[in-house]
Amino acid sequence: MADVQVYKRTPAEQQLAQRRSKKAMRDQVMMFSLMIFLTLISFSMVVAHEAGVAGFSKYLIIPMVMLFAAVQVGLQLYYFMHMSEKGHGIPQMFMYTGALLGFLIPLTFVTIVWW
Amino acid sequence: MSSVAQKKGFGATLWDWLTTVDHKKIGILYFLGGGFFFVVGGIEAMLIRWQLHKPNNDFVSAGLFNDLITMHGTTMIFLAAMPILFGFMNAIVPLQIGARDVAFPFINSLGFWMFFFGGLFLNLSWFFQQVPDAGWTSYASLSIASEGHGVDFYAIGLQIAGGGTLMAGINFLVTIINMRAPGMTYMRMPLFTWTTFVASAMILFAFPPLTVGLFFLTFDRMFGGNFFDHTMGGNTIIWEHIFWIFGHPEVYILILPAFGIFSEIFSTFSRKRLFGYPSMVFATVLIGFLGFMVWAHHMFTVGLGPTANAIFAVATMAIAVPTGVKIFNWLLTMWGGSIRITTPMLYALGFIPSFVMGGVTGVMQGAAPLDYQLHDTYFIVAHFHYVIVGGVVLGILAATHYWWPKMFGTMLNEALGKVTFWFFFIGFHLTFLIQHWLGFWGMPRRVWTFMDGQGWNSANFISTIGAFLMAIGIIVLVYNVIVTSVKNVKVANDPWGDGRTLEWAIESPPIYYNFPATPLVRGLDTVWIEKMEGNETGLTPAEPIKDIHMPNGSIIPLLMSLGLFIAGFGAMYRTEESWGLPVLIFGLLWTFVAMAARSLQDDTGYYIKKDEILRDLKRKGGQK
Ligand code: HEM
Ligand SMILES: [Cu+2]
Repeated sequence: MADVQVYKRTPAEQQLAQRRSKKAMRDQVMMFSLMIFLTLISFSMVVAHEAGVAGFSKYLIIPMVMLFAAVQVGLQLYYFMHMSEKGHGIPQMFMYTGALLGFLIPLTFVTIVWW
Repeated sequence: MSSVAQKKGFGATLWDWLTTVDHKKIGILYFLGGGFFFVVGGIEAMLIRWQLHKPNNDFVSAGLFNDLITMHGTTMIFLAAMPILFGFMNAIVPLQIGARDVAFPFINSLGFWMFFFGGLFLNLSWFFQQVPDAGWTSYASLSIASEGHGVDFYAIGLQIAGGGTLMAGINFLVTIINMRAPGMTYMRMPLFTWTTFVASAMILFAFPPLTVGLFFLTFDRMFGGNFFDHTMGGNTIIWEHIFWIFGHPEVYILILPAFGIFSEIFSTFSRKRLFGYPSMVFATVLIGFLGFMVWAHHMFTVGLGPTANAIFAVATMAIAVPTGVKIFNWLLTMWGGSIRITTPMLYALGFIPSFVMGGVTGVMQGAAPLDYQLHDTYFIVAHFHYVIVGGVVLGILAATHYWWPKMFGTMLNEALGKVTFWFFFIGFHLTFLIQHWLGFWGMPRRVWTFMDGQGWNSANFISTIGAFLMAIGIIVLVYNVIVTSVKNVKVANDPWGDGRTLEWAIESPPIYYNFPATPLVRGLDTVWIEKMEGNETGLTPAEPIKDIHMPNGSIIPLLMSLGLFIAGFGAMYRTEESWGLPVLIFGLLWTFVAMAARSLQDDTGYYIKKDEILRDLKRKGGQK
């Protein structure tokens, strides 16, 4: 087997790494709170609708909840699954292609099969 | 394990092949399996042509004719063309990117065995005398109504084989993304590797729809589902959409690797860098993408409405643009090159006009109003045989001659190779050119026979003669293979003398770990660069020689696939035989147990020691 190599960081490198992980940590906590906040809003909107509060119609709530869901998926992918970092170009390309096809094909079905 | 040639008993050799996870051996298995089905499909084609060689023929019955055309199409696409291409991808792509194996050797083997058992399942229908008869497209209005188990054989057999294809595709994607040697950037990958990559990505997106469609069909026929039954609120057109969402990308999955093969051949035998390499890559990716946007051009006459037809017509014609880019690049690769007309080059030269004719008829059909005239006539048959035979099959035959030395260590006879080419090429045009006119004259496709006096007699007769010429070509090829294998004259690393890519810098066939030291890639056509700079070996190692980690062989992939094969029979006979349900459950359990065995087993592979590699190198006469 190849010999094990030990690599020592210089103090400058060590500092940079620490600063980076601090920033990453701050980002993650921020995004986590944002996601909880979005979930809370969604729940309260539905509760408001159930309780019959004026202005909270189905046609407002459904698109809003969908929108929040989409934002959460994005945050999940980019912050918690690290898609925002380097070296994720290929997975991104495949996911966007899949999402595009997953959007276009149902769209054609809706317009030319079921309309 | 020792690489020194030893005599092994028959049993040990067989076991070695059944359990292998070596990409080169799996490549050969795919090649042999696909080759076998190619012959089966070819025999079916000959029977079809013999039935149609004269009017009012009763050589086969109408029912048997439907069986023959269905099985011919299904076999040729799923069990012959795709597996043979997978064979070349397996055998060559890891070598081209300087890898020692694929990313998932176990899954690679599983992919092969699922293809094999799926193909076996489909073809056993002949012995049960209940053969699929709804066409290779198996439109729901026909397939739901088809009696007996024929269409069940189609749905379940393709389900199993399709699963194998999906695994093969994923495996190639990960291999190409992750296993490239140092220096092998994306824009230095040989074009065969690029086309394999894009075709695999298309498999990733195109096969799941097929899986879903086949499950719907299976449920409709065997479990009382009503997805396609309009009397129960289903919709028979949905099958057509699902099938073609898969089906159109599928035809590009077939042609892209062939494009890759020809790109390698053109540049090798013109002794020139591929002209416009970046535009070739771009065109490949664009074709792969657009391939998903055009499926409804198979359904213009269904009545989708003028807007839908117009959109899909325009999208369809757009594909001709990147395809044209490729054609011009090949021509310009030859321009000013010092060309050698070897057998593979002959195929490549024959390919260009043949494929262009197929592309032109494709654009004609892509014009929706004209397609109302052409649809379901022999014109369509002519179109897709021009692209599939004139493109994919010529590519497969070219690659067979081109990479035979790399796969088997011997060189096919060039003179016989050219004989094969001329018989096949002339036979091909004789068979299919006249079918364009048969279409214009109104002969519908998929008819069992035709009446006298419609002016179709001599055209059909000519077409049948052409088919026999192609068969002679293939027989010469088989003879060539046998003679070459019996003589068994071993060749050196680069028997063509002009190899440009990494596979030509190692011995033929390569040692089981491919590269003693991972190579350093210094540019596009890296071996050519090294040779021009006077490095005889064609390789610069990127690392010192050290221990190599290799995967262990395993019988589990075969067992997993066998379980699915057994379960298929259970599902088919579930309602009418008491053993049906138990066999279905038994087969699935068998597969699950095999999967569990694999998960629980702690198989981390083994190491080839540095000493052994050095010993191999010394035996070969020393590579610095
Ligand atoms: C310029 C490129 C191409 C265009 C514009 C094109 C267009 C078309 C169109 C419009 C049809 C439907 C005709 C009908 O049924 O009425 C068709 C059928 C077909 N094409 Fe192409 N095509 C092209 C290339 C290819 C290639 C490269 C392949 C395969 C390697 C291929 C294989 C097929 C097959 C198998 C069918 C018939 C399917 C069936 O109904 O059984 N085509 N093509
Ligand atoms: Cu198509």
